[in-house]
Amino acid sequence: MATETETPIRGMGHSVKRKEDARFIRGRGRYVDDIKLPGMLFLDIVRSPYAHATIKNIDASAALAQPGVLAVITGKDLDAAGLAWMPTLMGDKQMVLPVDRVVYQAQEVAAVVATDRYAAADGVALVNVEYEPLPPVTDPIKALEADAPLVRPDREQKTNHIWHWEAGDAARTDELFNQAEVVVKEDLYIPRIHVCSIETCGCVASFDAVEGKLTVYMTTQAPHAIRTVFSLVTSIPEHKIHIISPDIGGGFGGKVPVYPGYVIACVASIKTGHPVKWIEDRSENLQADSFARDYHITAELAAKRDGTMQALRVKTIADHGAFDAAANPSKFPAGLFSVITGSYELDAAHVEVDGVYTNKPSGGVAYRCSFRVTEAVHTIERMVDVLAQKLSMDPAELRLKNFIPPEKFPYKSPTGWEYDSGNYPAALRKAMEEIGYEQLRREQAEKRARGELMGIGLSTFTEIVGAGPSHTFDILGIKMFDSAEIRVHPTGSAIVRIGVQTQGQGHETTFAQIVAEELGLPVENITVEHGDTDTAPYGLGTYASRSTPTAGAATAVAARKIREKAKNIAAHLLEVSPDDLEWENYQFRVKGTPGKAVTMQQIAFAAYTNHPQGMEAGLEAVDYYDPPNLTFPFGAYVCVVDIDRGTGEVKIRRFLAIDDCGNIINPMIVDGQIHGGLTMGMAPALLEEITYDENGNIQQGNFMDYLLPTAMETPAWETDKTVTPSPHHPFGAKGVGESATVGAPPAIANAVVDALSHLGVTHIDIPITPWKVYKILEEHGVAES
Amino acid sequence: MTTQTTQTTQTTHKVTLTINGQPYTAEVEPRLLLVHFIREVAGLTGTHIGCDTTSCGACTVLVNGVPAKSCTLLAVQVDGAEIRTVEGLEQDGKLHPVQDGFVQEHGLQCGFCTPGMMLTAVALLERNPQPTEDEIRRAISGNLCRCTGYVNIVKSIQYAAKQMREAQATPAPAPVGAEV
Amino acid sequence: MIPDRFEYYAPTTLAEAINLLQQHPDETKVMAGGQSLIPLMKFRLATPGYVVDLRNVPHLDVLQERDGSLIIGAMVREARLESSALIRQRYPALLDTSSVVADPIVRNFATVGGNLAHADPANDHPAMMVALRATLLAQGADGQRTIPIDDFLVDTLETSLKPDEVLVEIRVPQPAPRSGAAYCKLERKVGDYAIAAVAASVTLDENGACTQAGLALTNVGPKAIRASAAESFLTGKPLNDETIREAAKLAAEAAEPGSDLRGPADYKRAMVRTLAARALRRAAQRATGSIAHNGNIGGGVA
Repeated sequence: MATETETPIRGMGHSVKRKEDARFIRGRGRYVDDIKLPGMLFLDIVRSPYAHATIKNIDASAALAQPGVLAVITGKDLDAAGLAWMPTLMGDKQMVLPVDRVVYQAQEVAAVVATDRYAAADGVALVNVEYEPLPPVTDPIKALEADAPLVRPDREQKTNHIWHWEAGDAARTDELFNQAEVVVKEDLYIPRIHVCSIETCGCVASFDAVEGKLTVYMTTQAPHAIRTVFSLVTSIPEHKIHIISPDIGGGFGGKVPVYPGYVIACVASIKTGHPVKWIEDRSENLQADSFARDYHITAELAAKRDGTMQALRVKTIADHGAFDAAANPSKFPAGLFSVITGSYELDAAHVEVDGVYTNKPSGGVAYRCSFRVTEAVHTIERMVDVLAQKLSMDPAELRLKNFIPPEKFPYKSPTGWEYDSGNYPAALRKAMEEIGYEQLRREQAEKRARGELMGIGLSTFTEIVGAGPSHTFDILGIKMFDSAEIRVHPTGSAIVRIGVQTQGQGHETTFAQIVAEELGLPVENITVEHGDTDTAPYGLGTYASRSTPTAGAATAVAARKIREKAKNIAAHLLEVSPDDLEWENYQFRVKGTPGKAVTMQQIAFAAYTNHPQGMEAGLEAVDYYDPPNLTFPFGAYVCVVDIDRGTGEVKIRRFLAIDDCGNIINPMIVDGQIHGGLTMGMAPALLEEITYDENGNIQQGNFMDYLLPTAMETPAWETDKTVTPSPHHPFGAKGVGESATVGAPPAIANAVVDALSHLGVTHIDIPITPWKVYKILEEHGVAES
Repeated sequence: MTTQTTQTTQTTHKVTLTINGQPYTAEVEPRLLLVHFIREVAGLTGTHIGCDTTSCGACTVLVNGVPAKSCTLLAVQVDGAEIRTVEGLEQDGKLHPVQDGFVQEHGLQCGFCTPGMMLTAVALLERNPQPTEDEIRRAISGNLCRCTGYVNIVKSIQYAAKQMREAQATPAPAPVGAEV
Repeated sequence: MIPDRFEYYAPTTLAEAINLLQQHPDETKVMAGGQSLIPLMKFRLATPGYVVDLRNVPHLDVLQERDGSLIIGAMVREARLESSALIRQRYPALLDTSSVVADPIVRNFATVGGNLAHADPANDHPAMMVALRATLLAQGADGQRTIPIDDFLVDTLETSLKPDEVLVEIRVPQPAPRSGAAYCKLERKVGDYAIAAVAASVTLDENGACTQAGLALTNVGPKAIRASAAESFLTGKPLNDETIREAAKLAAEAAEPGSDLRGPADYKRAMVRTLAARALRRAAQRATGSIAHNGNIGGGVA
């Protein structure tokens, strides 16, 4: 009865070419700015030139006199509708449009609605806003001083301090530090940076007054959560809100928050009765949308003289800008920062973070990382090197001495995380062997003797991704599960709908591969849909490398539910008991009778044409997957740098990334994720940074000064893998989109410090600019003269 | 050639562009950027906008065969030009080797920079059929990609170069899409 | 980012262009490739009422040697220099310069004339032209005049062109025997303006002594700076490690850098010294024929 499968299944482990590419390479992607609805108007935003000011008056008369300008919306208009403020994900509130004061430069002040984007821009230029500047505060340490300007007088607490958070065992940590033979301490600043997906944010909001339905095409990584939030804020019933996240031109965390522009566009559509498009300029995106990092960290590491690491103590001032609009799970104001003990077996750790308001846009979104993990990894990976230097030990040797041993997994960390699986020595040894570590050390010694500067940097990081178990993780009370729905059609093709939302990760391909593997259907015959809240099952969206750990798991579990039903149909078709069947080579076979088998395609047809009496027809399933734990991908990175003694420039000669993300769905896509992640790790290590002057003016407000790496700055990344499956994930995967962004910066920083370590240099804050390096060279008399 | 509008002193100009072989004529303001002509007048949305400082290259199109950032040209400035956009790469149902290369070597992720990146690559390979890795990296240094880290973009262009050289060596039954 | 409204003209003769400039001299901008002007207009940092586009004016795209000079028409695109065999073989320092202006796509429209006439001290050609002692030909209602590059560059974004004058061509003296020049630029990333850059030009006599030196600095002052003391010092001396080091030190002293996102002032001054030494070495190598006349050199790892 069974026939050999003619079309290859190509499930797990195959480098299947991406299904989504067909439209993208033809210019047929459909991004938000490509959407054009009949009668659509355009919205543009007036922004504050001041970081801190009261608004005395807004005069829109000249703008309204412009041809094409239809309306000007201000905070007072929104206030009348109760919409001048909106809730943030962290339980704070945030201005949509200000009624009487602005709290950061480039803050939205008013919106102009016009017939097209040119008329809207003309209108913006003619809105006359009268400000009275107030003294701003942009340094979070100064913001904590008693006489600092108050950023948020709307709050009951008249201070810029937002919250204090801590994890670990303070007493035990202090005790170990008091007894420690060796203590190293560094101040590390992890600068404010911006994700800068090449597509900016925007939306098309369309309110149908007859149906009472609001449809929003939106650049969002989390359409379902947005729908719920919109319903709660606007009182529009949730079934009358339709969020569509079409093709998204990169997210990296920047498209998780709700920005004021989205809300204003919805209001404008309701007010004008027309669809309204809002698309940010790059400058607006870079100046006003939420930022990442901005952590001022003091870290101490206690150890024995033989290099045994014992305890870590960390204090942090976190600059959250004017609104605490970080995109973290509700119970974690500092995200998963407490994973800071990393890959090392420590007796104790204590981590403290204090959140602070400043006159800057909101901080605390990810930059291609899971909730503050990059800050944590940079700290521990730098501190390990600082300790190695202090002890005159090779940093690889020190790491190997202190790794959590493979046999100790699952491992409970001193701050309470349970690492699912890991084999850190294997990854590091593989990295050292592939790059020729010993030979590089010899070369370095020879070069150093000649006065040349070369450095080798390691990073052996552990990530924490896949939020999360719902007992611990929620966003605004919505539990962080995720979902999949699969329908197998009579002729054996299938549609999969998932609660997460791709922004380039290739879900249309990888999720089809999961189903192909589980059901034995060719990957070509499986369609994956997402991003439409009217059709996809509810999910929390794609960020923090959670898609494969959560929705990927849901997809596998839903497919297994289908396979269970299919087994009964197969038994019916083969006239045997289900117990006599085995799933082998993508077919149900009668045990001991290999020729007697049915394929899923045959079963699917039977499910609609010849299903057993008493069984429901059809072949479909839904799963809402609540992961039992997070997953802990890890890696071992080696970076080799050369330093130009005449200019201080750092050149990455080689960079090898050994990643372990558990079982791999599509190796081609995993490599692509790692290449991109490494580049976004290098960027803040060497190039990207956002700073403000004393008046609160952003210094890098466009791509002339915010330095995204080009193909010329980016080295030819080398990659390889180890595979340590997650024991609790249905197919042993861990998630990989962000590992490299998290792991790369300390490898680069460690390499540069290593090149200069013989001069006594122990730390350089990122970004490591040529002038920071040159200053060190000059001070130590080794600059080229 | 020009008409005076009633409400302002603004003059409009009649501009004709040939985009992917098809003429488009419109009466436009001098300030209309080429990228908006392509996206909104001609309705070809494959050309994207990623920045406002001529940095990112998402808007790259070929103007008379040469890559140009269409957000930094006025439509009036290129009146009469031949424009090639991503929509014009596929010919008679056959992908351009550069398009094929981007699929085969996973040269794209979110797809937003891809059209501009591919057009830069097409122009490079028309000028230099056998570029070194360094020449490829230099050629695409005016196009930013945030997703791929460029490694696979370089491989995609190398793949296309190989395909195009081989197609030239053994005359193919149908042209591979490169302009002749 | 949408420009404000303006009137646009694309005259077909130089006379017509000049005539248009005379009508609204203070509100008119001349446009060559538009690669500096259009970004400024998109940010509404420039809001000219009138734009005169030179694209239809004939003869502005000449690129040839004539009467002892290399003639670069005002509308010659940067990319044209990069692909020109004449430039590659005879004027490799111009190739050094063109190939580090903005990025390769911008260079397809950006012009050498625009790079000079915009007079941004961060632009790359001004210093190179100072080092090469170029002259510029301008035409206005009163006829033509030639302007030495040192007189042309007045201040930041200010040249000695009159409001009704159009830059027609740039004249670079043909290199004498045993001449070489080079441009060394240090930038934060590709496409960036210089942290600092140095243009060097030397002519040697048969004994290797320097008979003429040109040394000029990019983006370390209100305009391209001629390092006169360094030039005088080198004249009559052989180019060796010692004289190059001293000249580089004098060049650094001529810099007037400020501190900004491209680094602190003292760093930039130090970079002028590093880059001057590298540019002089490269120029000397070219003068003596000890290296091929092509290839880019930046500030990169030596």
